[in-house]
Amino acid sequence: MCDTCGCNITPGNRHLVISGKLSRTTEGKSAVNVLQGLLHENDHQAAHNRAHFDSRGVLCLNLMSSPGAGKTALLEATIRALGDELRIAVIEGDLETENDAERIRRHGVPAIQITTGTACHLDAHMVHDALHQLDLSGIDLVFIENVGNLVCPASFDLGHHRNVTLLSVTEGDDKPAKYPVMFRAADLMLLTKTDLLPVLDDFDCQAAETALRNLANPAPVMGISAKNGAGLDGWLQWLRDEVRAQRERLEAGQSARPAVQPDGARLHGHEHHRHDERP
Amino acid sequence: MHELAVCQSVIRQAEAVAREHDARGIARIRLRIGVLSGVEPELLARAFPLAQAGTLAEGASLEVDTLPVRVVCSRCEAESEVPANRLLCTACGDWQTRVVGGDEMLLESLELLTAEETEHV
Repeated sequence: MCDTCGCNITPGNRHLVISGKLSRTTEGKSAVNVLQGLLHENDHQAAHNRAHFDSRGVLCLNLMSSPGAGKTALLEATIRALGDELRIAVIEGDLETENDAERIRRHGVPAIQITTGTACHLDAHMVHDALHQLDLSGIDLVFIENVGNLVCPASFDLGHHRNVTLLSVTEGDDKPAKYPVMFRAADLMLLTKTDLLPVLDDFDCQAAETALRNLANPAPVMGISAKNGAGLDGWLQWLRDEVRAQRERLEAGQSARPAVQPDGARLHGHEHHRHDERP
Repeated sequence: MHELAVCQSVIRQAEAVAREHDARGIARIRLRIGVLSGVEPELLARAFPLAQAGTLAEGASLEVDTLPVRVVCSRCEAESEVPANRLLCTACGDWQTRVVGGDEMLLESLELLTAEETEHV
């Protein structure tokens, strides 16, 4: 969003702006209307990252979930199944260790580990630094495995194109109701570890889907087991379709952002659920 | 605790605006936060003193306008105020709604300490 030319002034906020950019208040003080997103710097960097992915013809997906929901196992299963068909690279986010990147590299796929120290999420600047170490030539698909956390990662645009949110069946089926910001942002919700469903009779897949719909989110919901391969085909097809859609968008000179953008700063009064945008 | 990261970002933006206006400091920062934005105003207020120390915003007050979630129904066009985890139309119950308010994270305005006061001092 542009914050300098006034194009972000909409019917919803015009009343805040028309009083003038700068108006005097009490002596020695001036009031300035700003109206820009709180994460303006992050969003600016994210737009730069997205342009970088687009210029290399790459689709970038952000994987988010609680810790231990099976993000890395899903990536390993995906690489095994699609490794000959699509060229994949991975950016791993964790507080500490190279463990996940090493797991991915064992499958012959380039992986950059970001260790965030104490930070509970990745931001666009960390991803930018990782991109400096990652050669995207020939790559079709980049996965960013975010820090396991259902809260903070939802607030930061990384420059990716789609959000994939995992909910493992060892968690509660009411997670979307408990973490609405995260699940509202999902472009796809994967119910993982479905091989455990026979022994977890208190997880109701339909209830999880209903909780997602209660957030007004029309995203597809798929059950999947990285362990026994059940449901993997649907996920792989979704990936192929998204890679193809990204190529078609790029040919048409367009880009894409996740359905609900974490900048949350949209000023309203304009179309809200816009999936595609001109670069 | 991403509220600290959010605060630091707000203060860097506020400092940039202050410099643009040749202000010598910032007296007040006003934000608009929707309850569906993923930012907790209370945690933001707690992180603010840490983030403002040693910046142009040192001593500035933080005011947060908290906004409720509002949705418009795609089916019956009714507008409802709803809880953050239940974005259903309160008129017809349909889940296909559009959020029209409540996910804002905005730096709304600043009150700057301008150079004039320095002359008075």
